Amino acid sequence: MNPSNNNIETQDDIGTTGHEWDGITELNYPCPRWWVWIFLGTIVWAVGYWYIYPAWPVISGDSERGGTKGVMEWTQYKQLEESQSEIFSRRAENLEKLQNTSTKDVMDMPELYEFAVVGGKSAFKENCAQCHGSGGGGAKGYPNLNDDDWLWGGSLKELSKTIKYGIRSDHKNTRNSVMPPLAAVMGKDSVTKVSRYVAGLSKGSSSTAEGAKEYKQMCSACHGVNGEGNRIFGAPKLSDGIWLYGKGDEQQIESQIKSPQHGVMPAWIDRLGEDTIKQLVVYVYSLGGGE
Amino acid sequence: MLITLGIYYLAPWIRWDRGINAPDQAILFDIPNSRAYFFFIEIWPQEVYYITGILIIAAIGLFFVTSLFGRAWCGYICPQTVWTDLFVWVERILQGDRHQRLKLDKSKFSFNKFWRLLATHLVWIIISVLTGGAWVFYFNDAPTLMLQLINQDVPWSVTGWVVALTGSTYLLAGFGREQVCNYMCPYARFQSAMFDEESLIICYDELRGEPRSARKKDSSWEGRGHCIDCKICVHVCPAGIDIRDGLQMECIACGMCIDACNNVMDKLKLPRGLVRYDTELNHKLRKENKQEAVHIFRKRTILYVSVLFITISTMLYGLINRSPIELHVLHDRNPIFVELSDSRIRNGYDIKILNKTHQDKNYKLTISGIDDLDIKIAVAGNIMGNKWFNSLPVFADSIGHFRVFLTAQKQNNARQQLIFNVEDVYTKIKENSDSIFISSLE
Ligand code: HEC
Ligand code: HEC
Repeated sequence: MNPSNNNIETQDDIGTTGHEWDGITELNYPCPRWWVWIFLGTIVWAVGYWYIYPAWPVISGDSERGGTKGVMEWTQYKQLEESQSEIFSRRAENLEKLQNTSTKDVMDMPELYEFAVVGGKSAFKENCAQCHGSGGGGAKGYPNLNDDDWLWGGSLKELSKTIKYGIRSDHKNTRNSVMPPLAAVMGKDSVTKVSRYVAGLSKGSSSTAEGAKEYKQMCSACHGVNGEGNRIFGAPKLSDGIWLYGKGDEQQIESQIKSPQHGVMPAWIDRLGEDTIKQLVVYVYSLGGGE
Repeated sequence: MLITLGIYYLAPWIRWDRGINAPDQAILFDIPNSRAYFFFIEIWPQEVYYITGILIIAAIGLFFVTSLFGRAWCGYICPQTVWTDLFVWVERILQGDRHQRLKLDKSKFSFNKFWRLLATHLVWIIISVLTGGAWVFYFNDAPTLMLQLINQDVPWSVTGWVVALTGSTYLLAGFGREQVCNYMCPYARFQSAMFDEESLIICYDELRGEPRSARKKDSSWEGRGHCIDCKICVHVCPAGIDIRDGLQMECIACGMCIDACNNVMDKLKLPRGLVRYDTELNHKLRKENKQEAVHIFRKRTILYVSVLFITISTMLYGLINRSPIELHVLHDRNPIFVELSDSRIRNGYDIKILNKTHQDKNYKLTISGIDDLDIKIAVAGNIMGNKWFNSLPVFADSIGHFRVFLTAQKQNNARQQLIFNVEDVYTKIKENSDSIFISSLE
């Protein structure tokens, strides 16, 4: 085939761009009109955009971020502030209501209660979960806050006091008590006997069993005559299956008598403030152990 | 065209009484409250499967109609066609028929041309605004919104939709027209898959028409076909094809060419139907001089009908047995169980009771699976005892949340099956949900 026959150029009056590669030339069709219009439109759009929004990086002394500002003076910071202030103002409404309502009344107001529980839950995850577990389930040395076994009390008032001032914390109103190291006074023999007795308590051993007498003497002032515990001293109940340290076997009890362990819970009032603590109290109460 | 337009504009105004606590609009998509109403049907968001069902029915129905009658949807019901026809009608009234329009287009700018074009576009825009306006009525209470519109006191979302739909109607029906079918519509592309030899399509009867030629008055029909090559069928075609070349993808089966050709045949005193609805099979049979045949029952149509039947009956069954109550029980995950001081085990649950009726209700909760179960329920911050369970209140058309604590002795099964049951105190209608009681970790 003769290549010149394939040359449309000869049949058409469009002409070529004049570019040539190895004998191949390019026809000079105009761009489609709609395309040209859209192209021009984008240019107009861009100019409008520069006018309204920040666009060009110009060095200017007065602006901390530099650049042209646009007539609307739009910045991402402003947008963030706006959307945040919307959230804050919505929350503030509920917070104000919460401030003016006693914790006890909150419990009767479904909406405010819901607000407090949700707020308390997120504050708990942030501040308390590392010790008490994310659902308040506790761990060795850190009490479970879901159960009905309280060291210091599960009423709204007691919870509030515990959370505000802490336990053995450095706050001046802190709850405080110490289990003294009694092994030296008691002697080795009687430590073993008392340990066996206490370990038996949660399994229902009678108060006349061996070690009962020593227990009454040395321990009942704090832990109660039948091991029921005493919240004034934050002394745990010894007659149930819930243990702060270990599983309540003889060995563990013996070690607690010889060298008592003490949990420390920080005071939160200075760090979190009244409002958040109110929400935390409601939340901890809602877990199911509230009294 | 009038029927479909009528349905579109009037449907939102139909009222349907649902009692005091619910809207009385027959067809309403209530987005803020996430409810959809369709006459006696009311759909909550978690029941979208009804929508899926409706879509399946619509799709299969479309396939079915297509396999029987070809592109009947495209030609008669598709909104694109209906609105295009409406716009063309406006054009015809204001600018005359095709010849006159072509002349007008070519003519120099004049007052006559100016007002005709202006009027056409104005009427188009008005129709578009009304179209967009009618759309928003499906999503709001129509009379209320009408008042708001009159008082120019409408939410921006409404304005936005009206503007967007006005624009799209104006562009698609005024300028897009058959391009929409050719380049935008996916259905036009894949519907050829639904065709078979026996689907009704628009056919030019070439046995009768050919050889075509222009004809002088009173000359004889001897040795020539009935087609006088007047090209009217080509001119009226909204898709811009020549039907005499056979079925083409662009054809939307609107039948304009049939009407046009029949008119011509009437004038010539020849039988109608040179261009007509027919099947490809008939065409072939006729060529071979065989008897024409129409089969409505074919493998394909039977399949479509049975799928339709199954979907519709499943939907109906679902709707008729749609429970006015729904119960969801969620077991706590953290902690999954709590050991109490008296060595019993406590589990926590979040329960939701969905009251789908329009009356405030009280429900009785019973839980079976464990004897000696201690049930407590938290209402706001207060823990209530067993008695409370006889009448849990849930407002009309809403969801009741409750927190439930179950306490029992440690079970032999680490995961003991439980059945939660709620019963409407008055109607005695019940609803169940399974859950578990976990008492140890293994
Ligand atoms: C640094 C670890 C730690 C953090 C963080 C912590 N706690 Fe404690 N919490 C403890 C310890 C340890 C105890 C037990 C003290 C004891 O042995 O008497 C305790 C006890 C408690 C008690 C008393 C339980 C009872 O039985 O009376 C409550 C209530 C409590 N915490 C709530 C909270 C809340 C609410 C937060 C978060 C604001 C929190 N805790 C953060 C360590 C922590
Ligand atoms: C002055 C009061 C006091 C006396 C007396 C006392 N305890 Fe304690 N005991 C406590 C306190 C307070 C704790 C809790 C420490 C903590 O919260 O970390 C405790 C904790 C314990 C625990 C750990 C409980 C657990 O849940 O893990 C055991 C066991 C125990 N005491 C046994 C005894 C025995 C046995 C005696 C007598 C020989 C005794 N205690 C005498 C105050 C006392």
